[in-house]
Amino acid sequence: MKYRWARPNFFLKITTPLLPVSFILTLLFLTGGLYLGLIASPPDYLQGDGMRIMYVHVPASWIASLIYAFLALMSFFAFVWRHLLAEVLAISSVPIGALFTGLSLVTGALWGKPMWGTYWVWDARLTSVLVLLFLYGGYWALYKSYSRPEQGIRAASLLALVGVINLPIIKGSVEWWNTLHQPASLIKLSSPSIDPSMLTPLLLMAGAYFFYFITLLMIRTRTELNTRKLLILEAKK
Amino acid sequence: MKPKHQRLILIILAFLGLGGASFFILSAFQEALVFYYVPSDHCQKKMNSKQCIRMGGLVKPHSVHVTGKTVSFEITDQKASIQVHYQGVLPDLFREGQGVVAEGYLLGPNLFEAKSILAKHDEKYMPKEVADRLKEKGIWRNAE
Repeated sequence: MKYRWARPNFFLKITTPLLPVSFILTLLFLTGGLYLGLIASPPDYLQGDGMRIMYVHVPASWIASLIYAFLALMSFFAFVWRHLLAEVLAISSVPIGALFTGLSLVTGALWGKPMWGTYWVWDARLTSVLVLLFLYGGYWALYKSYSRPEQGIRAASLLALVGVINLPIIKGSVEWWNTLHQPASLIKLSSPSIDPSMLTPLLLMAGAYFFYFITLLMIRTRTELNTRKLLILEAKK
Repeated sequence: MKPKHQRLILIILAFLGLGGASFFILSAFQEALVFYYVPSDHCQKKMNSKQCIRMGGLVKPHSVHVTGKTVSFEITDQKASIQVHYQGVLPDLFREGQGVVAEGYLLGPNLFEAKSILAKHDEKYMPKEVADRLKEKGIWRNAE
């Protein structure tokens, strides 16, 4: 491989100092986000303290979509150029993405019961996020269903690329169709319709989730790379 | 042509095809993908009274009447409104000016029998003090 940054050994070398940095950033953002979100920020005028679920729910949904975009990009490199590092990064990101999607669905249901009056409805937003969870599950099942990982990764990468269609649908679902789920508060062209005192903990939690993802991704990728090295050494014996 | 270029072209073509197909499918299902109808929809399309549908809109201010167990109110989308009858527990967020989605049957051209009521929350989050201040200043937009 001619790209230095795509060499597994280079990845192992640069992540050694980056891993603790990312871990500390996760803790800092999480402490700040939880303190502001659960204690220091005011309750909502209408939903009271129940809206604090939003600090867990909304960033989880963002990161779940972000991880899928990352997975799709890595799958693209893995499928076209067959980069080993891209393959391993893709595989390592899948369980983390599924975790955040699950967190988003569960906290959404817990918020929905008192606010909407129901845990679940089949509206376009909720259904498209459930599809995202199935895409993560499908990727994992497809990858594991082959006895040789280099075959599994081909099939799974194709599935991940097909599933990219779901990302604009998740984003657009609340705008294109009427849904029970509310439209975006933050990412829209006019000014955000969320008070600054609530926006700060929301963004801090998003930061915490992001660095949590980066930390876990580095740990999982290093483990996978080292496992593969060991397997090659075993085979040579 | 190298195999990796073939794969690149394959992926790009497949993606264009898939994107186009999804676009047409979603456009074709536009009607089926909406979660609820609004009162002005139903005036244009005659709906079957035996079909369970969802009707969404804002609770018209000063239209809520409670008689015994039955709640009656009007749902409006600012163009048309429809009378709703409902027996049961209302969600916490239910109040005048709030967005709601009623699930049930259309009994007449302007009468809806609801089996369940869901509250729809808007995308605004603010502390109570801010909401009070906005109301005092008179720039509060309760029903949008």
